[in-house]
Amino acid sequence: MNAPPPPPTGTARRGAHAAVRHDSAVGHVTGRAVYLDDMPLPPNTLEAALVLSTHPHARLRGIDLSAALAVPGVVAAITADDIPGRNDIGPILRDEPALAAGVAEYAGHPIAAVAADTLEAAREGAARVVVDYEPLPTVLTVEEALEHKLYVAPPQIMTRGDPDAALVAAPIRLSGEVRCGGQDHFYLEGQIAIAIPGEDRDMQVYSSTQHPTEVQHGVAHLLGLPFNQVTVEVRRMGGAFGGKESQATIIAGIAAVLAAKSGRPVKLRLARDDDMLATGKRHPFLIRYDVGIDAEGRILALDMMLAADAGNIADLTPPVVTRALCHVDNCYWLPHVRVTGLACKTHKVSNTAFRGFGGPQGMLAIEALVDDVARHLRLPADTVRARNFYGVGRNNVTPYGMTVEDNIIERVTGELARAVDLPGWRAAVDAFNAKSPVVKKGLATVPVKFGISFNLPTLNQAGALVHVYTDGSVHLNHGGTEMGQGLFVKVAQVVAEAFSIDVSMIRISATSTGKVPNTSATAASSGSDLNGMAALNAAQTIRGRMAEVMAERFAVPVEEIAFDDGRVFARNESLAFGELAQLCWSRRVSLSSTGFYRTPKIHWDAATCTGRPFFYFTYGAAAAEVAIDTLTGELRVLRAELLQDCGASLNPAIDLGQIEGAFVQGMGWLTSEELWWDPSGALRTHGPSTYKIPGSRDVPPVFNARLLADAPNREATVFRSKAVGEPPLMLALSVWLAIRDAVASVGPVGAKVELDAPATPTRVLAAVERIRVCEIL
Amino acid sequence: MAAVRFTLNGRPVAEERVPPTTTLLDYLRGTRRLTGTKEGCAEGDCGACTVAVARPDGGWQAVNSCLMLLPQVDGTAVVTVEGLAAADGTLHQVQQALVETDATQCGFCTPGFAMAMFAFQHGGEPAEDDRIHEALAGNLCRCTGYRPIVDACRRIAGIAPTTVPTAGIAPASETFGDDGHRFFAPSTLADLTALVERYPDAWLLGGGTDLGLAVTKQRQRPTVVISTSRVPELKRITVTDDALEFGGAVTYTEALPHLDAAFPSFAALVRRIGSRQIRNLGTLAGNLANASPIGDTPPCLMALDAEIVLRSATGQRRIPADRFITGYRQTALRPGEVIEAIRIPPLRAGQRFVAYKLSKRFDQDISAVVAAFRVTTKAGTLSDLRAFYGGMAATTARAAAVEAALTGQLWTSASLAGIDAAVARDFAPLDDQRATASYRLAAAANLLRRLVAETSDDPAPVRLEAL
Repeated sequence: MNAPPPPPTGTARRGAHAAVRHDSAVGHVTGRAVYLDDMPLPPNTLEAALVLSTHPHARLRGIDLSAALAVPGVVAAITADDIPGRNDIGPILRDEPALAAGVAEYAGHPIAAVAADTLEAAREGAARVVVDYEPLPTVLTVEEALEHKLYVAPPQIMTRGDPDAALVAAPIRLSGEVRCGGQDHFYLEGQIAIAIPGEDRDMQVYSSTQHPTEVQHGVAHLLGLPFNQVTVEVRRMGGAFGGKESQATIIAGIAAVLAAKSGRPVKLRLARDDDMLATGKRHPFLIRYDVGIDAEGRILALDMMLAADAGNIADLTPPVVTRALCHVDNCYWLPHVRVTGLACKTHKVSNTAFRGFGGPQGMLAIEALVDDVARHLRLPADTVRARNFYGVGRNNVTPYGMTVEDNIIERVTGELARAVDLPGWRAAVDAFNAKSPVVKKGLATVPVKFGISFNLPTLNQAGALVHVYTDGSVHLNHGGTEMGQGLFVKVAQVVAEAFSIDVSMIRISATSTGKVPNTSATAASSGSDLNGMAALNAAQTIRGRMAEVMAERFAVPVEEIAFDDGRVFARNESLAFGELAQLCWSRRVSLSSTGFYRTPKIHWDAATCTGRPFFYFTYGAAAAEVAIDTLTGELRVLRAELLQDCGASLNPAIDLGQIEGAFVQGMGWLTSEELWWDPSGALRTHGPSTYKIPGSRDVPPVFNARLLADAPNREATVFRSKAVGEPPLMLALSVWLAIRDAVASVGPVGAKVELDAPATPTRVLAAVERIRVCEIL
Repeated sequence: MAAVRFTLNGRPVAEERVPPTTTLLDYLRGTRRLTGTKEGCAEGDCGACTVAVARPDGGWQAVNSCLMLLPQVDGTAVVTVEGLAAADGTLHQVQQALVETDATQCGFCTPGFAMAMFAFQHGGEPAEDDRIHEALAGNLCRCTGYRPIVDACRRIAGIAPTTVPTAGIAPASETFGDDGHRFFAPSTLADLTALVERYPDAWLLGGGTDLGLAVTKQRQRPTVVISTSRVPELKRITVTDDALEFGGAVTYTEALPHLDAAFPSFAALVRRIGSRQIRNLGTLAGNLANASPIGDTPPCLMALDAEIVLRSATGQRRIPADRFITGYRQTALRPGEVIEAIRIPPLRAGQRFVAYKLSKRFDQDISAVVAAFRVTTKAGTLSDLRAFYGGMAATTARAAAVEAALTGQLWTSASLAGIDAAVARDFAPLDDQRATASYRLAAAANLLRRLVAETSDDPAPVRLEAL
């Protein structure tokens, strides 16, 4: 059922909408694609290692570096005291430190760093740093933080209508509590940066980062430099997923301080364990709700608390909570609603961006609620969902006041249901369960509506730089970063489309703060929306100039100039694209342009949690079948059917990869990936031997992902495409809901399933045992 | 002291200067500047460092270069991702398949997958999903969701592989390193036992899949390493009427066909130990000598009443497997002794053997609970039960109360009424990152319910892996 990619529809042979292969595919399979750790470096480059706190909360009474400095080969060692500028790399709030100053706030907190001639010496030196800790009281759980009202940022409350009165008036009231765990990004390439000191305190930084501008700012703060003395470059990352948005700045910042101190280039590449201990992850959430419904399952009133485990500092937690609040509605009309978002402070690593950015947690909350409502009313969950869907022209305003103008959720869920014969599938699952006393199957669907744009309007801007050379080849640069998601080839396709030349004519170059300044993170699924438009803007500027030259050369009106398939036409005359470029040069016309884009229509009032934060929504639907072993709690995902709205996809091959990959990553979050801290506050799952992301066998044996056909974005995005990076991750909620369905099959009809995420064997077996003894009143 | 000699991507290499505790990965990336091979975890779990190694007597095998010490490749041919494509740049079939299926995104895991697929293709295996997942279980991808990689693997299965040269494998040396750090690879049992006696504190290295971690994770640099892998007596596999005998250097991969024939349930469990990369190096004896409480093979060997043959320079002795592990990471090995062989008696009439492993992920995960049972029934009654668990105590442990409660009873689910209490008498497990104590107790008892259902006249419930 994998739909073949549609043929290219652009006028260029491989421009917009073509299923062009990833630009680095051959580099990947031959090992020739260069990652930071593969770069040839100056011979005097130092390797570095971190010293991490072994206490979750302790005053640092003393840090003795002398034993480290005595290790042969060690050249420099630093603590917060060695930072020449301000110890501040906070992405939003100020004074979030790169190295712990005075107090360590989580086990794994970087408190010192060592640079040496060899990695072995650096790590040996780091191991010999003596830290005098004075342990302080710890808060390790969200519950404790709630009890003491310990937050890293003020509560956010989103209210519409009169939820209290509507709850009292509702015919039926239910309440519930559910938790979801965090998630390590487990990018295969760990955090890494190289800092190379230059003239006059300049610092060139190569950073595996999604946010070169933030690295630039962080390094400049730490070194006490103006931004123009720090240049940050990244060609590609070996995966990121949000984990290299703010976290990369820690690594690059420490490398830069070591480089400044030693006067030599420094490479800081974290060992996997240090990476997992020291850097942030997806936020775990504790969710409590009180809902009022009618007998048909319509939600009349909702009061919900979303408490995020922020870890020790704010980092990106405030906007993560905002996005969670903005996705509690998922596809559902909530007439009276209050959602309270709390950013709880704990003595654990500060959690950060991760694909979905709070959206998955908010959506899990409402889907758990819908599941509870459906079981309570003994209605099919899909029926309850459909009764609560946003309407078209009515019941279509979100809790934050944005009108849902592009609602296609009924179309998407309907197309999926018909394609997979949901009633027949359900009957097959029930028939299996009737005959199988131990292994039980479950089936569930989930609809997804996800808002596209950074919640903060300011961030929705992008720049690009395009040069056309006199042979017709094109150099493309923009503010987006390539982490495997195919952004570079998509933006190249946009430029190819603009010039009507083949994408092979476009040379994609490394992202650099020196080429395109003041960029936003490549995040929030926005990479191609923003950078594609900025590059299009640049290309169109150059194309306009070229068209004028062509018009003048052949004395035809400029509006009659046509670019098509590598040539430029003026009535019966034509030039190859390169010939026209040469002509432009000879006539002293610029073939270089910057481009810029800012997303229209969006606004947001953080004080009231209202506005139109999203340019548009993207939609999707999934159905999944699982089986659980009720003796052991083990599970297998047997089948998943996905349908994702990508608008008029810029590149169906790339988008399919994003859909499948996001789904499997979401499945991992909800099933096997468990972060486990011991009672002392130490993370014990800090490598792939203990932290289990999905393997190839875990992918459902029947796995079909499809792009919604004939669904151009109603908003004027780049060639009417839609963003794709994050939304399909939430399709994996179908797997978690199917596990709940399987658990429900061993309990009495109407019983509530008590299952948190991730659904490890421990949790599944406990849920099975609870529901077996559950009595329905 | 001699150079480490091997071929690297078809070219002979003699390496004298590199310390013998250098990992193959660091050597490739550092000394040779072959940076296609990646470090993802340095613990043998992600597969980004996978390369292929061929010994003179065998075909290409995928291994984790992060866990191998350089002298371990002496006398082999090594191929890295840089050695796959033809000299004119034509991609190897596995590379072409990965490109054509859009199986790369960030690309960091890709070289490791390419090498795992290269070994898979050379093994001549069919394009069956189970085989493919087995071949790929040692490689993690975080971007693609694997579907295109599995598709690529299907494409290259069963196709005659593009030739990659293995020629020029150099003769093996036996000692490497310098006076500070020595690596011995003796080629006779007598030499091995003499060395072990002479260097009582030396590391005895089987495949190095556990000791390699001490190098990569704890930065240990042992002064003397003695490898068992070249000793012919320890590579023997002997099948007789009274025992299946594995020499002390037999790898999991080498043992598997014999386990398949004799104890399919044991073999199925071994296929879930590590990955092919790990099983191509790791040894049964190493798993035992490790004495980890969560080792997967010790419960099986103990339930099967295996015998461990110990050899020193002064002689041989034999002890039952269930007396070999004496405490948390403690064994009955005396100074100077090595495991010469593991002897597993065959099942007799009325005997069944079943092993179970519970973990968060099916493949390549460390057990939360592992259980192995040898069930002897006579006319529907349990006449003997040997029940051993891992993950329930500080060592692999016998479930004595369970055995006592069930022995002599009818072998049906009706006899299981008190089984939860019996398990609770046997074990007081811990909460840890793999599972809670209460899960372990409940699941340990439930495995007995499954055991009875699967080995009695009761209807056997379906298994997840059969779906």
